[in-house]
This record gives sequence, structure tokens and C-alpha cells, in this order.
Amino acid sequence: MQKSLHIDPNKCTGCLQCEMACSYENHGVFNISKSRIKVFNFEHAGRKVPYTCTQCAEAWCMTACPVDAIRIDGKTGAKVVHEDVCVGCKVCTIACPFGTVNYVVATGKVQKCDLCGGEPACADACPTGAITYVAADWTGLDKMRAWAGKTDTQPRAGA
Amino acid sequence: MAWNKKFLRVNLSTGSCKTEALNMEWAQEYLGQRGLATKYFVEEVDPKVDPLSPDNKLIMTTGPLTGTVASTGGRYSVVTKGALTGAIACSNSGGYFGAELKFAGWDMIIFEGKAAKPVYLSIEDDKVELRDAAHLWGKTVFQTEEIIKKSHQDPQMRICSIGRAGESGVKFACIVNDLHRAAGRSGVGTVMGAKNLKAVAVRGTKGSGGAIKDPKAFMAATKAAKKVLADNAVTGQGLPTYGTQVLMNVINEMGALPTRNHRDVQFEDARKISGEAMHEKRPTDGKSHLVTNAACFGCTIACGRISRIDETHFSVVNKPEYWGASGGLEYEAAWALGSANGVGDLEALQYANVLCNEDGFDPISFGATVAAAMELYDLGILTKEQIGLEAPFGSAQALITLAEMTAKGEGFGKELGLGSARLCAKYGRPELSMGVKSQEFPAYDSRGIQGMGLAYATSNRGACHLRGYTVASEVLGIPVKTDPLVTEGKADLVKAFQDATSVFDSAGVCVFTTFAWTLADLQPQLDAACEGNWTMEKLALLGERVWNMERVFNNAAGFTAKDDDLPPRLKNEPAKTGPAKGLVNGVDKMRPEYYKVRGWSPEGVPTKETLDRLGL
Repeated sequence: MQKSLHIDPNKCTGCLQCEMACSYENHGVFNISKSRIKVFNFEHAGRKVPYTCTQCAEAWCMTACPVDAIRIDGKTGAKVVHEDVCVGCKVCTIACPFGTVNYVVATGKVQKCDLCGGEPACADACPTGAITYVAADWTGLDKMRAWAGKTDTQPRAGA
Repeated sequence: MAWNKKFLRVNLSTGSCKTEALNMEWAQEYLGQRGLATKYFVEEVDPKVDPLSPDNKLIMTTGPLTGTVASTGGRYSVVTKGALTGAIACSNSGGYFGAELKFAGWDMIIFEGKAAKPVYLSIEDDKVELRDAAHLWGKTVFQTEEIIKKSHQDPQMRICSIGRAGESGVKFACIVNDLHRAAGRSGVGTVMGAKNLKAVAVRGTKGSGGAIKDPKAFMAATKAAKKVLADNAVTGQGLPTYGTQVLMNVINEMGALPTRNHRDVQFEDARKISGEAMHEKRPTDGKSHLVTNAACFGCTIACGRISRIDETHFSVVNKPEYWGASGGLEYEAAWALGSANGVGDLEALQYANVLCNEDGFDPISFGATVAAAMELYDLGILTKEQIGLEAPFGSAQALITLAEMTAKGEGFGKELGLGSARLCAKYGRPELSMGVKSQEFPAYDSRGIQGMGLAYATSNRGACHLRGYTVASEVLGIPVKTDPLVTEGKADLVKAFQDATSVFDSAGVCVFTTFAWTLADLQPQLDAACEGNWTMEKLALLGERVWNMERVFNNAAGFTAKDDDLPPRLKNEPAKTGPAKGLVNGVDKMRPEYYKVRGWSPEGVPTKETLDRLGL
């Protein structure tokens, strides 16, 4: 069954454990500037929002790549950058509507979330459950359930 | 990596920025952050130095766990001789600044001298430069962060800065980072202001962790320690839900909530300014005061509070710039701005708290100084004309007006900026200043929690709850429950807390972990991360060494056993209500015992044997 990252910003505290886990998994260092998931802090609203690639089914980064460096991982469905093929032209960064594929100056290649081969380190590191890895066709169900709970069609006593 | 093994030495007088190798022999004896930076400080600075002179130094320092996945591993400290106290100062802050400094490749920064004109330090990895700050001088902390990020075209810079309070010499000015985290106490921001240093802006892209001694063991140890925090009732539930404000009602019921400049020990409106109240929906807009909790870098507790002031409240009704979410209220600020002054208006407290963050002054010392002023007003020593408005206990209007005056350095705000000790002395009533070594008490009345009296009296940075938090034992039963109303056994308890805290403050993690962690939880994390063999014995001795090093500095600075004392009110005026009714604090009984336990002379001086044992 295909799984995907499920992000609930309301549970995010901004601790950045996800960013450290991502950089450690992929680069062997704790370095949030190399993380493929980013937590954005909207100070005046008091909101913190983790954001990363949602692995579009019809990924524009993949279609835009002129050298076929972005390919689908058959196991996870992730769109994975093959560094040995990538020429660093950055066309994918223009094509992606969400900005979640990024150029890395140090390597001259792009990087994006690859779901860590099926065990995303960010989800494992998140202390509050703001980032979870769930069955892809379940991602909306908790929201539906929450709204369903607010639906009240029963007549009130005394109304 | 645990240590970057290098630091920056910035001479503000000459404008030079030099790289130096970290003394790794000292790192084995003092670990990092508080311990290691204080070692550098006492080796380099004359204890008699005037805190505001160019000869005083100011050190911003990280620990070996700062910038790692260890929970709460984002701390940094500021070490200097305190402007408020004249004693060794070490103020600790969270947020993201400390980790960023580490990621840029530095363990600490030593600032020396004084800049001829306002400057700020810009660090982008190895590129370090002092830049002109003329355009930032006179700006608030909030404005400073925004302007620097814009001019560097880098929203990801992490910045610490002083506000107008630090510029104008308010004795209890802080250094604020990431908008609302602060190295808050003892006037470290005042020292920064005296050096004409407005801000430090850091961007680090190097990261850390490449040289963790044993990465596999480190990941396992940090994971196990995170589970301890998650499974603990205080760090796993109480703090994330209510923040430190979980304490307001608890301490009030203990009869240990200092009220109206310590005249009372219980506050009738405590519930209105409590963590529980922050969750309740307001009648005006149907929203709760609290917006969300928030974590500092790497923290899996997330005790921080982000709140929104009621737009219809009189303090902000015409000030839309204060309608957004902002930091606060934490317990200490809620107490100092509220209970200490008898003010039970949650919205007014948050407004005053935001002003403290915005212009960088310590809400504990500020609130307690307002309390002293209100008592002087109550006694007829200060008049409405002198203060600029009526200032009776309980006046929210007086609180917020005085906060505005202090932020801007106007009118009576200048006098409040002296701190309570200097203010009360100026008006002939020094005994009304509620503090030790000129630093105001935090939010625990030592008549109801006896051990805290000794902890305050002997704290190396003046009255403080973070040097030896015996509240954990006396109130919460951590690690063992002791009776808060007795003095017996408290000398040993205070020493144990002081020494253990010195280790946590030297490691790069937050002292709030100690609600759940003991040294035995920290040790495996340090041992996996740091070169060397970090045993429990080595750490315990290190903590005691750090404490004694600070003490030796203070003694040389001119402090004596006479300064290890509480104001007469706490020794002579019994608590009027609550469980501690009829009690005063027994500091005079505990102090000689404490000196003995410490291996100090009856005059409070570490003996030669003690210094030899600790390698000092």
C-alpha cells in the first residue's frame, strides 16, 4: 500500500527535530540548512508549519527535468533525484508549484524529499505527531472525522 | 560535533575579529557553556572590574549538546560581570540563536573593549564582520531583527540584540533572541549596551554532528532520554499544556506566592492570571488568551507560550501593532508583573510582558522593582507627582504606564531602571528591596519554601530560582519529597541542586529537563557525544568545580558572607496566611551548615583543601 507524509501544523511546536533528522539521515550531520523538510514560523499568527514535497502523482519536477534525473521509486511512490544524472539546471525548481525541490550550492545538484526509502526520519523524530507517515488514501480522514463531529442535525432539547 | 573546537574573539575597541582554538584541556574540566565560558572569564577579567567599563568582557557561549538532536539542545548562555549585581553573571536562553552559532562553526564569542560607535556583529559561517549599527540604535528588538534580516536578504538569520533598555542603561536589561527568548537576568544586556554592541546576527550552514564521538550511541541515548521526558507527568503533560504557568495556582496554595512586594504570601487573584486562565475563552471575543505552545530549538517539551492580547483591552485598544500573537506569559513574568504588584489583569500583564521582550528588559526584576515602588508609594515616600501617576498596589494602569516609561527611558522609568536595590536605597528604605546581591527574587516566597531562602542567599548571580531549584523537591517531590516548611537537610539539598544545575547549564540543554532527568539521564548523552570518558563522578565533580569557581570570583570581587543573606522582611515578618502561616525563613540557621557542607570557612571562603580537591 502506498503511504505518504501527513502534516498537521496544529501539532507543530517548532522544535526542528524533523529538520535535524532529515539532514542526519541524508547528510550525516545535524544541519537544518540541508534539510528537505522546513518548518515555517508565522510569528504574528502563532503558527508553525512543516512543509515538504507531497510527491505529486503527476510530478511537474519530473516531467520538466531534461535529463530524466527525477524518477519514481517503485516501492514508495516517491519522486527521487538521481544525483549522478542531475546536471543542476534548476528547471525542476521552476516547474514545482510548491518550491519543495531545492538547489544545493555545495553539490551543484537539486534535492527533494525521497521519503527515506519508506521510513521517513522526520516522522520518526517528530515528538508531537505533527508529521506522520500514513496510508496515502487515509490522509484526509481525520479532517473529515473532525468536521463530521461538528455536524449536528439532532434537535436540541428545549429548542 | 560536540565542540567545534574554535571560538571568536572580537575586540570592539580595535574592530578585530580573531579565530582562536578552544582550550580542550579546559573543556575536559569545564565541559562548555556556563562552565567553560566562566573559566575563560575568570582567567581573563579582573574581579574588581566595573561591569560597564570596556575592561569587562561579555561571552556568548554554547554547550557541547547545543545544535544536536539531544532534546532541548539549543541553549546558549551569556557570561559577564553583571551590571545589576556586580557578581558573576550567566544568563541562559533558548530559541534558535545558540544552535545557529554552533552551525556556523563557533563554540563561543568573547567580546572585549568598547566600540566607538554602535555596531553589530554579522556571522555567516566563516565570514565575520563588525558592521555599523547607527541605523539600528534606538530601535526595538523586534525592529532590529526585521531590519537586519531584510538588509542581509536572509530571513533565516538568527539574531540576538538589545532593545532601548540596554542602550539607555537600564540595570536589568536583557539580550533577546528570536523575538521572545532572553538571556534575561543580572543586566547582561546592560553590559552589551555599554559596549555599543547592538546585535549579533548569525547564519550557519555547516551544521554539527560530524564529529560526535559515537553517533550510533548518541542517537540511542538521545532517543531514550526523549522518552523519559515524554513519559514524565511534568515534562510530558504539565509543561506542554500549561507551560511554567502550571505553577501559579500550586504555589499560591502552598502559601509561597510573593504578593505586594512580599507583604503577603498568597494572591487573591492568582487564578485569574494562571495557566488555566490562559486557556479559558474570553467573553469579549470568545477566544482564549493562549494561542499555542511553542518549543525552542530541539526541545521535545515545548513549554513556551504564545498568546494574543484581547484587542478591546484598554492597554492596546489603539495599538494594532500589539494585536498579533507574541511570547508569554511564562510563570515568572506572570508572577512578577502580576502577583508581586497585586495586579490580577491577565491582558495587562501580557502587554507589559511584550514590552519587556520588545525593548529587552527582565520582567522579573522590572516587576519586582515596580512592587518596591508601589510600596514606597503606599508608605507616602514616593508621590503621584514623582511617579507621574497614582501607583497603588493592584493598579494595572500604573503597571503598563511604568513599563512604557521604562522601555522608552522616560520619566520615572529612569528610576525604575535602577532596579529595586538602588531605587529603595535612593529613597532611604533599602530594606524594602526584595532580593539578594541587588538582584530581585523570583516567584517563590522562601517563608513557604525554606530551601529556596538558602538557594537565593547563596546563588552566585544574586537571587535566582535557576541556580538551585529546590522547589522541585520541596513542592513537586523531584527526585524525593522534602518538607518545604523545615530547614533541616536543606543545606545538602541546595548544594546538590546547585552542583547538578551547573552541569546541565554547561552541557547545552535546558534546566527544565531536570523535572524528569537526573544526571544519570544526561551522562550517556554527553559520553556518547564528547571526547573523553564522561562518568557520573566526573560530571558531579565538574558541577561542584564550576560552582566554586564562580564563588571564588565573587569573593575576589568583594562579596562576603554578609551578602549571602535575605532582606529583613523574610527573616522577621512571618507569613500571614496559608500553610507557612507564622513562619519566617531560617536562612541564618541554614547558612553555617551550608558552608560546612561546601567545604568553606565560616566566612564563606572555600578552603584550600576544597580548592585542591576540585582542581581549582
